[in-house]
Amino acid sequence: MDLYLPIAEMSVNALVIIALGGLVGFLSGMFGVGGGFLTTPLLIFYGIPPAIAVASSATQVTGSSVSGALSYYRRGQVDMKMGAVLVAGGLLGSVIGSFVFRWLKSLGQVDVTIALIYVVFLGTVGALMLKEAVGVLLEQRRGVVAPRKARHHHPLIASLPMKMRFPKSGVYISPLAPFAVGAGVGVLTVIMGVGGGFIMVPAMLYLLGMAASVVVGTSLFQIVFVTAVATLLHATQSQSVDILLALLLLLGGVAGAQFGARAAQQLQPERLRLLLALIVLGVAIRLAIGLTWTPKELFSIQLALG
Amino acid sequence: MKRLLLLLLFLAAPLQAEPRLVTDMSQSRIDISYRFAGAELLIFGAIQYPGGIAPEEAPGIAVVLRGPMEPLTVRKKARVAGIWVNTEAVRFESAPGFYAVATTKPVRDLLDERNAAIYEIGLQHLQLSPATATDPETTGTFQDGLVALRTSENLFVEQPYGVLVTDRVLYRARLPIPSAVPVGNYQAEIYLILDGKVRARSTAPVIIDKTGFERDLFVFAHKHSFFYGLLAVMLALLMGWVAGEIGRRSQP
Repeated sequence: MDLYLPIAEMSVNALVIIALGGLVGFLSGMFGVGGGFLTTPLLIFYGIPPAIAVASSATQVTGSSVSGALSYYRRGQVDMKMGAVLVAGGLLGSVIGSFVFRWLKSLGQVDVTIALIYVVFLGTVGALMLKEAVGVLLEQRRGVVAPRKARHHHPLIASLPMKMRFPKSGVYISPLAPFAVGAGVGVLTVIMGVGGGFIMVPAMLYLLGMAASVVVGTSLFQIVFVTAVATLLHATQSQSVDILLALLLLLGGVAGAQFGARAAQQLQPERLRLLLALIVLGVAIRLAIGLTWTPKELFSIQLALG
Repeated sequence: MKRLLLLLLFLAAPLQAEPRLVTDMSQSRIDISYRFAGAELLIFGAIQYPGGIAPEEAPGIAVVLRGPMEPLTVRKKARVAGIWVNTEAVRFESAPGFYAVATTKPVRDLLDERNAAIYEIGLQHLQLSPATATDPETTGTFQDGLVALRTSENLFVEQPYGVLVTDRVLYRARLPIPSAVPVGNYQAEIYLILDGKVRARSTAPVIIDKTGFERDLFVFAHKHSFFYGLLAVMLALLMGWVAGEIGRRSQP
């Protein structure tokens, strides 16, 4: 079923895009991640122009995160105060990100930079996750119950001024730290078209030392707002948001997420994390290969407008 | 139809000394709607010879469809520290977003280099006006790169035997239009080539544009980009929320 995308200015197979959204949705329902880090590269592999892929993927993440954010909110697992600080940081970060994006575009280095950032972040996060998951699985096999590490935040963060209490997260830290985390993720949201949960969740746990029960909900809360702002920035600055593309992805994504969430209940959490680590590493390796192997086409065209 | 055309030609022809071209096409406007997956433009017509007598030699015909001109930058990747990044770039002031040429024979058998370059017939003879000051050799490499890339996207098409001539009078060519074709004002140019010389030329405008919902959405995205973005966010939120509610209710 061919469908013409008016903004991407190309015809795509609607069923393939819906299936792609469904696959990402399945994984995101299974692992509780937004899946933007899979959508953007998959769309680029399919042949969607990178700028359109990044912008439309951000729109899709908004939709796929909102129901999760709401259900965590109903269960009282969103720290609104912390969330507000993260969103404020995210807003600043996304504006910075949009300037960086424009600057890269003028240099003609958008594609390479997006791929490089993906390789670095997905490679690092994937390797860390793999190490942890394998370690836990090995210990389980030996019958050792791993002692829970005490929650604490990074010493560098403890030294920041203007400390505040965040009762729900159970921390007493300077708001500058979550603000910086939010800003960093905001930059990535605009440049990569991801929610950034795969970076924010570890940062909240290990850098900020937040209570695990509110981490995912608060991260989703931030993602909904910041990806919405990223959509607006892309729409106003480069007109690169393709509504039809985003809606097709969402159509598959929301259905896939329901199945993914059910499938997740059949698997042990440790196995799930191992699987996710392997997928994340796989995408990173695929992108790294694309960067280092001699490309089929050495030339590329950039239109003066757009 | 064919017989009628021939009759008309015999009636109209005797007065002129130079041959003329009569051209029509299947459509002068191509609408891009949501089902658009490419199109085919049929360009056809007849040659009017002086005296109504067709020469012994088979006439050469070149049919060119040219899209809107635009400036662009061609970049070339090179390996830097093991990674392929864009390094060199050449800017071209006027490159057609689409260019298709169909001929009765390969261009080099029809015309010499000079004439082919004057009329820009054939992919090798496009005049792209390079704006970056580099040596002709580098510019040539980049131009070849641009042509190869656009050819692989079916935006540049060369069909060496794409024009069929019947009875040395009637000609027709089918030009394929891909779905990624840029919108804008196109021009169809038909050349009659005899003895390596262009003897007649006719042109006809073609408009390729989005229509209906596709056009409205595109205009909305560009004219009211903030509200377009807002609409995108609202729709995404609504869809996510509805799906979440359905999932919640359907759970045991």
